[in-house]
Amino acid sequence: MTATIDTSTEARPGSPVRLAGLRRGYGQVTALDGLDLDIAPGELVSLLGPSGCGKTTALRIVAGLEHSDAGAVFVDGQDITKVPANKRDMAMVFQSYSLFPNLTAGENVAFGLRLRGVSPAERRKRSGELLELVGLNQHYDRYATQMSGGQQQRVALARALAIEPKVLLLDEPLSALDAKVRVQLRDEIRGLQQRLGITTLFVTHDQEEALSMSDRVAVMNDGRLEQCASPDEVYTRPATPFVAAFVGAMNRIGGIASGTEVEILGQRLSVTQPPEVPAGSKVTALVRPESVLISPAVAGTVRVARSSFRGPVTRVTVELPDGTEVDSDLPSSAAVDLRPGALADIRFAPEPVMVIR
Amino acid sequence: MTAVVDLTTAPRAATRRKLGRSRVVAWLVLIVSALFFLIPIVASVEFSLRGVHDTHDLSTWENLFGQPGFLDNLITSLELAAGTVVITLVLMVPTTAWVHLRLPRMRRLIEAICVLPLVIPAVVLANGVLVAFRGGPSWITGSPVILALEYVVLALPFTYRTLDAGLSSIPLTTLVEAGRNLGASWLTVLMRVVVPNLRTSILNASILSAAMVLGEFTIANLLLLNTLPVWTVQAGQQDGEVATAASMLILIVTWALLLLMSVFGQRGARRTGRSS
Repeated sequence: MTATIDTSTEARPGSPVRLAGLRRGYGQVTALDGLDLDIAPGELVSLLGPSGCGKTTALRIVAGLEHSDAGAVFVDGQDITKVPANKRDMAMVFQSYSLFPNLTAGENVAFGLRLRGVSPAERRKRSGELLELVGLNQHYDRYATQMSGGQQQRVALARALAIEPKVLLLDEPLSALDAKVRVQLRDEIRGLQQRLGITTLFVTHDQEEALSMSDRVAVMNDGRLEQCASPDEVYTRPATPFVAAFVGAMNRIGGIASGTEVEILGQRLSVTQPPEVPAGSKVTALVRPESVLISPAVAGTVRVARSSFRGPVTRVTVELPDGTEVDSDLPSSAAVDLRPGALADIRFAPEPVMVIR
Repeated sequence: MTAVVDLTTAPRAATRRKLGRSRVVAWLVLIVSALFFLIPIVASVEFSLRGVHDTHDLSTWENLFGQPGFLDNLITSLELAAGTVVITLVLMVPTTAWVHLRLPRMRRLIEAICVLPLVIPAVVLANGVLVAFRGGPSWITGSPVILALEYVVLALPFTYRTLDAGLSSIPLTTLVEAGRNLGASWLTVLMRVVVPNLRTSILNASILSAAMVLGEFTIANLLLLNTLPVWTVQAGQQDGEVATAASMLILIVTWALLLLMSVFGQRGARRTGRSS
């Protein structure tokens, strides 16, 4: 049998993926509690959540490496729930470098092509092209042990792309890499994914990765989907207190509810969703550190507890009169005079905030 | 005059003396152990080379291959070794891999079962096999096939342990899942992913099994089947020099296999930068 492999690296229409009511339990533990998710063709959706939230279980069920107790997976409208992993036409990049140690980089990339009956000459040509695509054409004859972690993950990505899968699955592929390589490879993966138009499901616990790479971010908690929206929406308009707390840093500041507004430290701010409490009730407002503005003031109402320099930004933590600590991310140039013990004024950016009881 | 005592060199000298003493003890143990093994071998070689009138020549070795039954039994033993290795690997490689993948909690139990042949006397094993196959097809009971099956059981302890160690040294689950994900069937995963990465372990298990078969006497004798060790013992009752030469031949073949194992193992490790 000879399969025809498209040697171009131009975008092709990806396949739509639908997860419908996926459930999975391990004894008393529920890993997935009815997960519904639609992924559009060519879209990159990140499953983001803390350890044990079920994101990897969901990915493995899509890959066919694990079965679900209930629910179904659809690709191109076809129910593939019962289809074995090797017949799903998907490719996965694993967290641990999963290159076959007995094969060179080129042979690893050609592995899937060989299984599809591609001729040796075509395999060699195609695997060389893919290694070039990930910037490793000089490493064709190197074994996994002769390459760095970043190089191994690039080869693993090339190997996954070689079979032109309908869906690309990424299981925390960057988490074992050092910070610099991680950022570089993150951009490369996103660039390739967009260029090839391949539908991609990306599992990560790193919110920066999820926010910077995804078309949409699906935030999971306790086996359930909390919110699935664009990175901007997840960050600025979190649907649930969990999303608000998990994605980015968040201050919890006591306030008084007043219809569509909340009063915190004498300042009235509009709320994203009015809480179901009578006006005048005590509530908690969730405010991002970058929305908290601190300025030095001799007769200030708050005291600087500590400050932490983070390059362009300095995180200044102030203590409110009631003892609550509030974080503020300020441009480092504006934080010079905010030394621990100094008095300061606090204001909030006039943006809608989330309020919980 | 003031005497200057270097406080740092005194303890160093004591440590050097201590190290020197332990090195001497280590060499002594090594030399005694080497002599313990080498003296019987050298004596046997010397005995097998004795000619008439206290001279030494190769006549015994030259006559060995012409002895009645020698070649037949040598071939039987080599066939048994090959058969045992093939059956053991076909049985144990997928089983051990499956246990690692799907039944990791059973590893200790399976290891315990595989080690049983070491604690069951050969006579019990031989009788057990005879009872189990009583009334069985004659191509099994009346041929060395029954002996090969017995040897498969005897080879379990080193085969399981060797494969288990090899599988523990590779990220088996990820490699298998990567293979499956790329479109490989279970058989393809076994042959193209698991086996190549267990090359050294498989070679070790094969050679240990083959060496065991080439030297096994008790069970073959109890089952009344002729193998090279059985022939050697029988020959020894009439001609000690021939029997000694045959024993040495078994030893040489075994050592050659071990050398092969070492060479292939190193070559595999050099190629991939690791060993399993």
